[in-house]
Amino acid sequence: MNPPGSLQFCARLLRRQLVLAVRRPIEIGNPLLFFAMVVALFPLGLGPAPDQLAGFAPGILWIIALLSNLLTSDAVFRSDFEDGSLEQLLLAPQPLFISVLAYIGAHWLITGLLLALVSPVFALMLNLPGSAVGTLVLTLLLGTGVLSLVGCIGAALTVGLKRGGMLISLLILPLYMPVLIFGSAAVKAAVTGVPAGPYLAILGAMLCLAIALAPLAIAAGLRISIDA
Amino acid sequence: MPGTPLLAAHSISLERGGRELFQDLSFEVLPGHLLQIEGPNGAGKTSLIRILTGLSRYGFDGRVSRHTALLYLGHHPAVKALLTPRENLAWHVAGEGQYSDEQIEIALAKVGLYGYEDVPSHALSAGQHRRVNLARLYLSQCPLWLLDEPFAAIDKTGVLELEALLVRHVEAGGAVVMTSHQALQVNYEIRFLNLAEGMVS
Repeated sequence: MNPPGSLQFCARLLRRQLVLAVRRPIEIGNPLLFFAMVVALFPLGLGPAPDQLAGFAPGILWIIALLSNLLTSDAVFRSDFEDGSLEQLLLAPQPLFISVLAYIGAHWLITGLLLALVSPVFALMLNLPGSAVGTLVLTLLLGTGVLSLVGCIGAALTVGLKRGGMLISLLILPLYMPVLIFGSAAVKAAVTGVPAGPYLAILGAMLCLAIALAPLAIAAGLRISIDA
Repeated sequence: MPGTPLLAAHSISLERGGRELFQDLSFEVLPGHLLQIEGPNGAGKTSLIRILTGLSRYGFDGRVSRHTALLYLGHHPAVKALLTPRENLAWHVAGEGQYSDEQIEIALAKVGLYGYEDVPSHALSAGQHRRVNLARLYLSQCPLWLLDEPFAAIDKTGVLELEALLVRHVEAGGAVVMTSHQALQVNYEIRFLNLAEGMVS
């Protein structure tokens, strides 16, 4: 019997990752809960003045989205590393480039996509103007894709380490910064009524670049981690 | 094509922590070969198998040429506790063929897991996890098997069945490279590679 094609295998892996995630719902709930908790902290820290909150809302929402992504990306390859699945994945005849896209895709679906979908509720909590909510969701959809791709590079490099949590932050936070800058700038633009299109276009370009390059880095990182 | 090696090692040397584990090791694995790698703990058996699979790519001298698809079973069973044995095999990350439900059921029955197909794997024992992993041997079409301690945590009847399977595989033109501390009780010519001596006999 011939091995399945790369895309078929990728779909199979995606399904596997999603089933695994659904069977451990806490993993899906954690980033959302984290998001809700931290959003609730800001009115307490900054004072509940609605105008002031609205001004900070784009930045706040984006920083929390970034942190909750950071929180979860550490675990993408960990359990597969520990039970030996990762070794088997590296030996699969299908290109690793495509296979890791399944892992990233699953990670994005259960963190980025969900976060983007519930973000209007949090935007409401911070008094973000209604006109900017659509832009917020759109930037989060694009931006969290980049975050997942970049986060998985860190995860691949640190999967072999016992305590990779701190190191992964140091490795990938600098790479998160452009996403934060353009993501929050797009929302701010929408708040002030300036067209957010250019920022969204840059985020889209970053996503394309990350899709093209990050899997190469992730595949190399996994090979190094397994070799060590 | 008998005579073409499935796997060839060209003067492999490995050094770990300032100690030379093996040196200038060359051998070929041809169809029909059953090669057992021997050596005391720490002799480098697992390291050698990982070099042969291609998982270890740096830190050793020499060259390995692989000419066929290979199946590797390592120390870790690669069984996900949250998936059932059936799902573990159907969605296996090693990217082998698409197996029908029936094929998977037969393979699981052969490793003594009949009735456990749809039980979550976290309800199974460590030995049963290893058996789920061994079920891959019944499904696989790969000619070359690289097995690292396949008998670990397997009971006596399981070992006998596994030995019979290995012999069937090599008789059908496949090849097996394995590490084990146990002597194989099979009626077949076994080649030994003793890492302490570095000789194939």
